[in-house]
Amino acid sequence: MTDKNLLEIRGLKIEGRRDGKVTEIIRGVDITLGEGEVLGLIGESGAGKSTLGLASMGYTRAGCVISEGDIRFRGENLRNLDAAAQRRLRGRRIAYVAQSAAAAFNPAHRLGAQVTEVPVLRSLMTQPQADREAISLFEEVQLPSPVAFGLRYPHQVSGGQLQRAMTAMAMICKPNLIIFDEPTTALDVTTQIEVLTAIKKIVRDHGTAAIYITHDLAVVAQIADRIKVLRYGEEVEEAETARMMAAPRENYTRSLWSVRSFRKQAHTDAQGQPLATIENVIAHYGELKVLDDVSVELHRGRTLAVVGESGSGKTTLARALCGLLPSTSGQVTLSGTSLAPSFRGRRRDQLKSIQMIYQMADTALNARQTVGEIIARPAELFLGKTKPQSFDRARELLDLIGMEPGTFLHRYPGELSGGQKQRVSIARALAAKPELIVCDEVTSALDQIVAEGILKLLDQIQTELGTAFMYITHDLDTVRAIADDVAVMHRGKLVRYGPKEKVLTPPFDPYTELLLSSVPEMRCGWLDDVIESRGQTATA
Amino acid sequence: MHQLLGLILKRLGFGAITLLVISVIVFSAVEFLPGDLAQQVLGQSATEETVAAFRRELGLDQPSVTRYFIWLADVAHGDFGNSLANGQAVSGLIAQRFANTLFLAGYAAAIAVPIALILGVLAALTRRSLFDRLINILSLGAISMPEFFIAYIMVTLFALKFGWFSPLANVTPEMPLGTRLWATLLPALTLNLVVVAHMMRMTRASILSPMASPYIEMADLKGITPLRVVIRHALPNALAPIINVVALTLAYLVVGVVIVEVVFVYPGLGQLMVDSVAKRDMTVVQACCLIFALTYILLNLTADILAIATNPRLLHPK
Repeated sequence: MTDKNLLEIRGLKIEGRRDGKVTEIIRGVDITLGEGEVLGLIGESGAGKSTLGLASMGYTRAGCVISEGDIRFRGENLRNLDAAAQRRLRGRRIAYVAQSAAAAFNPAHRLGAQVTEVPVLRSLMTQPQADREAISLFEEVQLPSPVAFGLRYPHQVSGGQLQRAMTAMAMICKPNLIIFDEPTTALDVTTQIEVLTAIKKIVRDHGTAAIYITHDLAVVAQIADRIKVLRYGEEVEEAETARMMAAPRENYTRSLWSVRSFRKQAHTDAQGQPLATIENVIAHYGELKVLDDVSVELHRGRTLAVVGESGSGKTTLARALCGLLPSTSGQVTLSGTSLAPSFRGRRRDQLKSIQMIYQMADTALNARQTVGEIIARPAELFLGKTKPQSFDRARELLDLIGMEPGTFLHRYPGELSGGQKQRVSIARALAAKPELIVCDEVTSALDQIVAEGILKLLDQIQTELGTAFMYITHDLDTVRAIADDVAVMHRGKLVRYGPKEKVLTPPFDPYTELLLSSVPEMRCGWLDDVIESRGQTATA
Repeated sequence: MHQLLGLILKRLGFGAITLLVISVIVFSAVEFLPGDLAQQVLGQSATEETVAAFRRELGLDQPSVTRYFIWLADVAHGDFGNSLANGQAVSGLIAQRFANTLFLAGYAAAIAVPIALILGVLAALTRRSLFDRLINILSLGAISMPEFFIAYIMVTLFALKFGWFSPLANVTPEMPLGTRLWATLLPALTLNLVVVAHMMRMTRASILSPMASPYIEMADLKGITPLRVVIRHALPNALAPIINVVALTLAYLVVGVVIVEVVFVYPGLGQLMVDSVAKRDMTVVQACCLIFALTYILLNLTADILAIATNPRLLHPK
């Protein structure tokens, strides 16, 4: 081996052991990383990206065992080091940035104390020195009021700020290698850009090597020098970023590219009476106004995409529509009749007409009921069917969503994959024969290829049954794929609303402009361009 | 900060209401006892006139509601009335006994709480090891044995067989502290065997629940030693349930030690209450009940407030 390689992983195999069953999570992967180099690891969930990232620190999660291979960090095989020696490397030479900073910061301690913990503990710095270092790093990652920032608790700052603080924490001992494990996945696009900028700058300025794990190609293309594609714990291919973007060799890699190209066929124009309307609705959580004078219309056979960042009020709008959050003023109508603000005051046939599908199918499906029971229940409840009839309906619906009834009717949700669970949620919503279905971020927790399948299914349902959809999402690609009408929300207000072509065509209002320009584009140098253009507008 | 103050005031208010409800229950429980109190105290041979006079003296000729409020007002001034058995002021009777009970409870707690916390942390740290299993089995065993059984074993072993202690834990107000501590060591240890297990197991479980969270993995990945991970990163997030079980244990030590007091003939409040029930000395029973209730409420209140105060989300709002 050569001296200049910082990290060399050779033939690494990792096994997961649970209930006596052994599954191979990583099946012989090599990684070579030089000083100051950034490697992007990309793949769907379950591809073994995080496991591999953690393994390069010599760490495995409970139940995982490294069975074969070498992990050499600066020439030293981490597998031969004892626990104490590994601990000396961690935090000092190799640092980790977790996916959800909100969960990875300890809620009981101030941010400053957590950021400075390692250098003070290892006697690399005195507490005052470490505090000064933390402040200068907070400044580097452009946190607001860096001097006072360390005094705050994690719950007092936003997710994007926490993620930047975590990058500062990783950097404080000037490590040789940082593992970024999906650091922007949980963030809004406008926040993601700030975090990406901070990460890119700090890695470049300090010459730190990094492994950047993500499932988003457009993101990794902005940061990485090289990209490695993983699938089922194996390498699919690896290449320089520019080459990988321009000419991926493998079919699987190409399929990751093409996901973003799905577009549904244009549906009928909005004609005549709207199916449902939300008129001048104002709603509060306690004192806080969360919906401010919002009006939208929903038409049969059309999809209204409600888009905005977290906290913009898009889910709240759906809750007001369903009567889960009674509005303070304004009204909701269905087929021309005004609905009671709370679902308690609505008639059963009105409740039947509006159904919901949730983001987390895991928690939205009763784990103790079979797929058949889950789907049959609303048919029984709303359509007055007998038990055998409602199970017939469940079979029909399973057919519709492309799941073999004979195989799946008696399974429990725990035995299904994420995509299958979401399909069952869709079938459950359809069971009551609703006219309108509210989909709340239904593809956000899914991999792109699986998500595309769900979007196609929804489109097919709409074509066949003429159902109206209210589709809540923060992802503009999804909006482009499935929307007929678009409502852009920001801080409880509707900032832009109309048919898709109109909403997504310039001239834009400032917020929509910001939102659209923050979506990572599938080309190298996009981030630099955005930073540059925003810098210019800021100085101009 | 005013948010926290509001929460505390709210809890105090709830505590006061609970106490009031209990006072009603205690009063009416005595009220519903069959038979005429005056007749019972004076005995069958008393003449009609003496009974009537005694009833007037006790205020029993007044309607119950009036009597309740008079009693409540007196209690609020610290006047629990006079003992029906010997005519002494109840407050005087109770004061020394209550001090003794608090002493024993405090003594037992001073040993039990640190032991339980340390064992709990160690068990969490070495989870699924032999040590962890051993103290789990031992503590389960200790919980499963009735306290009078433990008490008698202690007496048989340490007082009768080895002769290190007196089987009676008799204390007097004049006793010097050292002698007192020695004299009450056996009942204190007995109580320890009963309460340590609960607190230890709760501490272990409370620490293990944050051990699965991402911030603990993060601490591991920062190269923090396991001991520090548990003490500094897990424990602060596990305080609320631990505080709660400690408070409940303390309350139990004050209120629930009747059996141990009886076995060791310790002059505490619990024994006084048992004696008074036997003597139908209702004013004393009422007073004991109220004091026990107050102890319970105060300790739980403290636990609630501490649990709130150790939560940075409430202490440092956005």
